Amino acid sequence: MLLYVFKRLLQAIPTLLIVITLSFFLMHLAPGGPFDGERQLPAEIEANLRAAYHLDQPVWRQYLIYLGNLLQGDFGPSFRYKDFTVTELIAQGFPVSLELGLWAIALAIALGLPLGIVAALHRNSSVDYLVMGTALAGVAIPNFVIAPILALVFGVLLAWLPVGGWNDGHWRNMVLPVVALSIQQVAYIARMTRASMIEVLGTHYIRTARAKGLSEREVIWRHALRPALLPVVSYLGPAIAGIITGSVVIEQIFGIPGIGRYFVQAALNRDYTLVMGTVVFYGILIVLLNLIVDVLYSALDPQIRYDD
Amino acid sequence: MSRSLLEIERLQVAFELPHGRVAAVKDVSFSLAEGETLALVGESGSGKSVSSTAILRLLPEFAATRGAIHWHGSQGRENLLAASSRRMRHIRGNEISMIFQEPMTSLNPLQRIGRQVREVLDKHTKLRGQAAQRRVIELFEQVGIPEPERRVASYPHELSGGQRQRVMIAMALACEPRLLIADEPTTALDVTVQAQILALLKQLQRQYGMAILFITHDLGIVRHFADRVCVMRHGEVVESATTRELFASPRHDYTRMLIEAEPRGRKPPVADTAPVIMQARDLKVRFALKKRLFRPSDYFEAVRGIDLTIRQGQTVGIVGESGSGKSTLGRALLRLLQSSGDIHFEDTDLTHLDSGTLRPLRSRMQVVFQDPFGSLSPRMTVGEIVSEGLRVHHPELTRRQRTERVIEALEEVSLDPATRQRYPHEFSGGQRQRIAIARALVLKPRFLLLDEPTSALDRSVQATVIELLRNLQQRHGLTYLFISHDLAVVRALADTVLVMKEGRVVEQGETEALFRSPRETYTRELIRAAFLEQVA
Amino acid sequence: MTTEHTATHPGAGDLPAGESLGRDAWRRLKQNRAAMVSLVLLILIAIACVVGPWLTPWGLNEVNWNAFRAPPSLADGHLAGTDANGRDLLTRTLYGGQISLSVALVATLVSLVIGVLYGAIAGYLGGRVDNLMMRFVDIMYSLPFMFLVILLMVVFGRNILLIYAAIGAVEWLDMSRIVRGQTLALKRREFVEAARALGVRSRTIVMRHLIPNTLGPVVVYVTLTVPKVILLESFLSFLGLGVQEPMTSWGVLISEGVDMMQGAPWMLLVPSTFLAVTLLCLNFLGDGLRDALDPRTR
Repeated sequence: MLLYVFKRLLQAIPTLLIVITLSFFLMHLAPGGPFDGERQLPAEIEANLRAAYHLDQPVWRQYLIYLGNLLQGDFGPSFRYKDFTVTELIAQGFPVSLELGLWAIALAIALGLPLGIVAALHRNSSVDYLVMGTALAGVAIPNFVIAPILALVFGVLLAWLPVGGWNDGHWRNMVLPVVALSIQQVAYIARMTRASMIEVLGTHYIRTARAKGLSEREVIWRHALRPALLPVVSYLGPAIAGIITGSVVIEQIFGIPGIGRYFVQAALNRDYTLVMGTVVFYGILIVLLNLIVDVLYSALDPQIRYDD
Repeated sequence: MSRSLLEIERLQVAFELPHGRVAAVKDVSFSLAEGETLALVGESGSGKSVSSTAILRLLPEFAATRGAIHWHGSQGRENLLAASSRRMRHIRGNEISMIFQEPMTSLNPLQRIGRQVREVLDKHTKLRGQAAQRRVIELFEQVGIPEPERRVASYPHELSGGQRQRVMIAMALACEPRLLIADEPTTALDVTVQAQILALLKQLQRQYGMAILFITHDLGIVRHFADRVCVMRHGEVVESATTRELFASPRHDYTRMLIEAEPRGRKPPVADTAPVIMQARDLKVRFALKKRLFRPSDYFEAVRGIDLTIRQGQTVGIVGESGSGKSTLGRALLRLLQSSGDIHFEDTDLTHLDSGTLRPLRSRMQVVFQDPFGSLSPRMTVGEIVSEGLRVHHPELTRRQRTERVIEALEEVSLDPATRQRYPHEFSGGQRQRIAIARALVLKPRFLLLDEPTSALDRSVQATVIELLRNLQQRHGLTYLFISHDLAVVRALADTVLVMKEGRVVEQGETEALFRSPRETYTRELIRAAFLEQVA
Repeated sequence: MTTEHTATHPGAGDLPAGESLGRDAWRRLKQNRAAMVSLVLLILIAIACVVGPWLTPWGLNEVNWNAFRAPPSLADGHLAGTDANGRDLLTRTLYGGQISLSVALVATLVSLVIGVLYGAIAGYLGGRVDNLMMRFVDIMYSLPFMFLVILLMVVFGRNILLIYAAIGAVEWLDMSRIVRGQTLALKRREFVEAARALGVRSRTIVMRHLIPNTLGPVVVYVTLTVPKVILLESFLSFLGLGVQEPMTSWGVLISEGVDMMQGAPWMLLVPSTFLAVTLLCLNFLGDGLRDALDPRTR
């Protein structure tokens, strides 16, 4: 088991290298240097700046320097926020984004699973149609439409909750963004759980369980639930990636100081090092989370062998 | 005659499907006495499985059931169709148990097998803890699972098909039921395993004194296993009698047809002087088990050095159980798989030909596969399927000439040539197999590889396909390599037989001689199991 | 059970010509009311987006100096009101629809071509090649793609052609996995082996036997990819990283609408409704197609 985790970690390295390399060279393909567009700098100052950012070195040297710095957790300086390093900005924003994301994924699971199971158990009933119809709407309507409407209704018209801001993570500030962020995943998880539950309920071993004389409740809890959850667990990887991506726009809409908002601002301002640092950071995060999901999956399914 | 245990009266089952109501069981009545073995026999679609599943009310919700199922259980005579679901749960797995056809998928893949058996004890007995565990181990011993103490902690995927079926039996017997319903319990298993499971069921039946309702399509099993037989067709019982009466003097035409559909006839051997058409020396095939990117793979040797000579006009039968390498051997001979060793076809050495130089030869060696559903491309019409080989090998033919050849081939296999505009999914299993034969014949081959061509078909359909293959061989002087796990069919069709096990030829010789006096122990076992001499 | 059903209705009566699987699926789809309503709605939306901007009395960037942020009204011809610059919202929404739908179609086509070829080749060749090709897809999968696309936008400027290519390049991954899985399964089917035994060339086998049989899942997946692409495009545009003025798209309009939602809610609701209805219909249609092509899932 430990060996398996270790091997998976090793496999993650090439992925991360690709993310880093890709973003690094993309940045260097960018037309124009980072100091263009601002007022013309005196030649000496620009030369100094170029030296400070190692821009006077050949590209491959710059790449190695960047890699070396990354290993030490140093994403380099931000081009726009001159007083901060990228690492500092990420360290500031990440806890906020993490809290938001964790609540959203927890809500997605806590709502999506039971809804999907209920729909599957009452297949083709009005409950099923209601849940699945709502879920389809949840899948189809993007969160950047839902979020402003939520803000409009609960923030402006009813004035129950604040329209935006973080307020150090006060729960009243958190409700709307968490809901907006999780709705789509609730819908996906509900649909997936329903489909997988229906499939499991049609298997031969469920028939065997019934033939043993188990009650319907025992059949579902003891025999159907765990196999039905397996595909949902493997969906958690994409779900987390979806929530991270979604957080970018949700943080923007609700004015939450997470990395998503820094990222968008940086992208709009062409703050190359910050964009790149964030992409690499997200890359590491997604790879690690996928790894955790895989390990969780293999713990649930005895048919997975660790020697692969 | 002992006490009555189960009486089924005018049972009807209909499925409410989106496109309408389908009557699966129209009118079925039979009864079963205590300790008796009753076989329910029929071909696919006869309603035998549906009837037996209806007894424990395990049919899906969209099935509507009418009639009466009287059970003489712990509470006297009661109609199971009217019983409360609470009462049904008490009966299931306790008074009446059931085992199924699909041993590979009937156990929960995420739970240890010991726990799955214990669950029955938890549900229906007062055994708990150590006592329950001891009972599970005892049951595993009784059904012949080696090392039961260790095996209880195994997961289903760590067991073979035969062992899983043994676990199912252990589960079914845990509460010493008075009736065991066995729905084709050995159909998915190899013949030697089948014989073991049947013997086990017989022995346990004596030990526990229970009745068995045995559902099967295989008359061979019925003859040796059942006390009485009900023959079913199209959702109705057409005949019921004691086993002896039924086989001695079948009254209904359908029963007679079923009994006669057992493969018959023998093929006279071909003279040793007949020209050799295909020859292989030291043929080996291996598969990479786990493909790795930059490291050498582990290999599994499916065929481990086989010599083979096939003469003009011969039918060489290859028999063996699953995993013996018989299908791999056939594919390797036609160069559909990579192999090492020499293969000669007619006068050509196939060993080193590439696919381009091999192509012209392909029209003379053709193949018919087992699965009549998988062997026809679902998006092509029958005409396109049959004519595809002509396009490759006779591009000079005009469209009309091609059509003529297709019509000729379809007539040859007794299919209406007007059906060539249709798609495969509109045909039955037997018809599809005829289409596959026509696809091969249209090229006028000399050598035909028949890989289990009749195994997926009902016995009665099987008989007509066998007859067709025989006629074609006589008419065109074809040479067959016939691969099958079904010894009865091979005995009827082949003049020479090779017995394969674990990639090697165990024994070979003229069919009759080999079946009458096999030299090797394995061959003897196989023949005994196939003709069920052990159970009788 | 399925085998018994087909076996008991041989030849489906006395049809003169055979019924292909495609026509069979179409008949089943026609019975699915939600899917058919969606199909009709989608066609209507598409027609409206293509023809609509010519029929409205206002041009895309034409400013009505008498109506800034005017609510919808019949009187002045602004059926959906105007935006903060006095431009007709309906015209802009329909025009934005053109952009959104064209991005969706082109990007889906890109992903379809790359995905089907890549998947079919990997699946058919199998072995080491397949292993290598799929390892590559796995790695691509675990990249934070959304962010790389944004990176692309930052580096190369916000160019609509780039959006087509970038989104297409993201979406082919799923397609290639699906096609590969199908191909692998089909390759083991005996009709492919029979074709090889007939001497049919590999290229012909891929084109005639493999790809047509993957069509069902591919069609379903395409109808589910189109909404994903629309969503991606509007996501980028919403953040200000996609389509730029003077062009517009639903994402841009929604973004403008969010800024104005307190004073001019129609600016949010009109483009949002178009977007949501389109996405909903595409999803319904995709689900319907899946059920129609694979009757087992019902």
